[in-house]
Amino acid sequence: MSIDPIDIGSFWLPKASSTTAHQVDWAFDVVLWMAVVFFVGIVGAIALFASQYRRRRKGEKTSTVDHNTTLEIVWTVIPLLLLGVLFLSGLRGYANVLVAPAESLEIKVTGAKWFWTFTYPNGYVVQNELVVPKDRPVKLLLSSQDVVHSFFVPEFRIKQDAVPGQYTTMWFNATEAKEIVVECAEYCGTSHSDMLAKIIVKPEAEFKDWLDSAANESAGKSPVEYGQILFTKKNCFTCHSTTGVRIVGPSVKGMFGRKEDLEGGAAVTVDENYIRESLLEPNAKVVKGYPAAMPTYKGTLKDKEIDALIAYLKSVK
Amino acid sequence: MSVSAVADEATADSESGRTNYLNAERGIWSWLTTVDHKRIGLMYLVSVLVAFMLGGAFALALRLELLTPKKTIMSADAYNQAFTLHGAIMVFLFIIPSIPAALGNFVLPIMLGAKDVAFPKLNLMSLYLYWIGAIFALSSVLTGGLDTGWTFYVPYSSTTNTAVISVTFGAFIMGFSSILTGLNFIVTMHKLRAPGMSWYRMPLFLWSIYATSIIQILATPILAITLLLLIMERAFHIGIFDPALGGDPVLYQHFFWFYSHPAVYIMILPGMGIISDVIAVHAQRRIFGYKAIAFSSVAIALVGFIVWGHHMFVAGQSEMAAVIFSGLTFLVAVPSGIKVFNWVGTLYKGSISFSTPMLFVLSFLFLFSIGGLTGLFLGMLSVDMHLHDTYFVVAHFHYVMMGGTVTAFIGGLHHWWPKITGKMYSEKLGRLSCALYFIGFNVTFFSQFVMGSRGMPRRYYNYLDQFQPLHAFSTVGSWVLGLGFLVMLYNLLDSLKNGAKAPKNPWGGLSLEWEAESPPVTENFVGRPIVKNGPYDYGGASS
Repeated sequence: MSIDPIDIGSFWLPKASSTTAHQVDWAFDVVLWMAVVFFVGIVGAIALFASQYRRRRKGEKTSTVDHNTTLEIVWTVIPLLLLGVLFLSGLRGYANVLVAPAESLEIKVTGAKWFWTFTYPNGYVVQNELVVPKDRPVKLLLSSQDVVHSFFVPEFRIKQDAVPGQYTTMWFNATEAKEIVVECAEYCGTSHSDMLAKIIVKPEAEFKDWLDSAANESAGKSPVEYGQILFTKKNCFTCHSTTGVRIVGPSVKGMFGRKEDLEGGAAVTVDENYIRESLLEPNAKVVKGYPAAMPTYKGTLKDKEIDALIAYLKSVK
Repeated sequence: MSVSAVADEATADSESGRTNYLNAERGIWSWLTTVDHKRIGLMYLVSVLVAFMLGGAFALALRLELLTPKKTIMSADAYNQAFTLHGAIMVFLFIIPSIPAALGNFVLPIMLGAKDVAFPKLNLMSLYLYWIGAIFALSSVLTGGLDTGWTFYVPYSSTTNTAVISVTFGAFIMGFSSILTGLNFIVTMHKLRAPGMSWYRMPLFLWSIYATSIIQILATPILAITLLLLIMERAFHIGIFDPALGGDPVLYQHFFWFYSHPAVYIMILPGMGIISDVIAVHAQRRIFGYKAIAFSSVAIALVGFIVWGHHMFVAGQSEMAAVIFSGLTFLVAVPSGIKVFNWVGTLYKGSISFSTPMLFVLSFLFLFSIGGLTGLFLGMLSVDMHLHDTYFVVAHFHYVMMGGTVTAFIGGLHHWWPKITGKMYSEKLGRLSCALYFIGFNVTFFSQFVMGSRGMPRRYYNYLDQFQPLHAFSTVGSWVLGLGFLVMLYNLLDSLKNGAKAPKNPWGGLSLEWEAESPPVTENFVGRPIVKNGPYDYGGASS
């Protein structure tokens, strides 16, 4: 999967590509300018004093003023008020992204090492490519299959952890038809930094057509062709090469019919049943010398898809 | 501080040139069994500096790896282990003990006019606990490394096959070292002040150590319990945090940050104390706002306990909790601001010497201001949604922890070096090292603010090509920073051999440690000092 770069909108921030991003940018600007004013004031005063009162000779007389109650009150109360402003500025943008509008399209997002799975209301399941309609709120219901992940969309200014054992939510309303980068922001192991996805924003009509045709994507394809598509789409390729190179798991090149030694001493010949078991219960029989790192595809692969994958794997020699 | 130097036996001067705490006894055994706070402080100093170099070597390797978007010098797994050990070493083996246990141990009793800390043997035990914990933590390097990040988040830490137990157990043991040191210091300050040393005559460094000790005693046990629970979960599969066993991963984050946020103040408060003392001495001016600085330390220590949830705005805690934690977080900014304003006020109409320690203080004010102000971005709920877990956070806490604490530590080290070693280092090389440090630091870390706000997540081995120029810029900065440290190390080590003999009071300080010999004799003073003035009574008669 090729990922477009994040579109940069200003020196500090990416382009704002959702309806709520602007509120975050506004808050960012408020705090940025407040910080700049304070910083210039502090460093300016230091520079002034350092040049004005640098030591010219030993034993100079220095000021004996050791406090000033008015000043202390001023520089306690004014910052306190400004901090109140910052708190409220931050609260505003946050409150607006807490509750998704009722008419949102709800999509289930599952994080697993190291890919994202998206499940649409019509049951269509896809990995790492989230297609959404433009100008319509989309609510994501997040969870994780293994460790904590975090769904981060820089151009939407949103981020939410996907926590195993519970659901979290986030929502956005995309304002531009384009591809947008998603990054995993919570450290999750070896390929954490490759756990990228993209959001493809399409105009509403195009989105509808896509969702209808996506549901029968296997039409007109042989099982091997369909299996090859699935091998990419389901993200198998991030851990298993087709060239014999070791990535995380064993390469699938010439795998079918091979005899593999297993962790624990037994051996197995790679056949249809072993592949099926390894997709659904990946850690039941782990090839010797490899980590038990594969997540289960139970519930995300239909029988037809498993058949196609087996057909494809037989063909990789 | 003018002391009527008590002198029951006023013959002290003639022998002081020869006998001091360093040569009073000889042989390695005399060091390993010593109860002299100065020797213990010096052993801590050497230990934390070794830890710092080790953690620094990991940092340089990480920056080198990040020079290119794909693999540069190491594998993804090696990278993950390197940033984990960099963090764990810097936090547990270096920063937490650096100022209190090394410099604090050395100067605290002398500043009070005491012969030693209240419990000298307990002090030695703390050092041994630190060493034992450090050995446990570092043994992980040999037994498969650790790849959880220094935060040990579950369920990653309960399922990874790396050495979680040895490192967490090491941190557990080092926690006791921290608790006992805090206890020792609090009792010492209450019970062993010299006659005339009222609370308000204590140098502000001691106030900050006092505030730090409160946190060490109250917060560290939470970490101990949390790590113990984690070990139980990993070793015996008792479900506490891992949802696969019926636990709650967010609970772990609450427990962890309930310690680790106050721990941030364990790390920064002593640094703030050093700044207060060094700035007054090298500007030869009364500290501005003594009580404001003293009580803001205590305020930070207390408020610091109720802001831990700001690490978890997007982690799945309740929205109401996030709002409350955001509001409380802004409160901590008030006492921090008060300190900075008072330090700047202390420069007003002073006699400012651009000595090496003062240059580090000025660097601190610059860097810590950036660190503090960028913290405001992260306290804002909406802005944090974007910046959380990006390089912006990495840059922010390096500006606070390194730009703040480490800069203050180095400044304090140069300030008290003549007292500790009896030798003067080269001012010229000292200033050069500070300049390299300052430039290298800003190049390394300011670029990371920009990367982070543009959407570069932290703990990334591979990254999007568009971030390479900024990453490369940052990596070059790390080399300048490293060079600064090499010059500093050379300068300090060279002074031991070739440095001029340090006078009693090279900077014109008024606190008690400058009344003692350089280096001090075994029980610090000959006779008991009687304190008649405050530590900052510069510029004329006291009021």
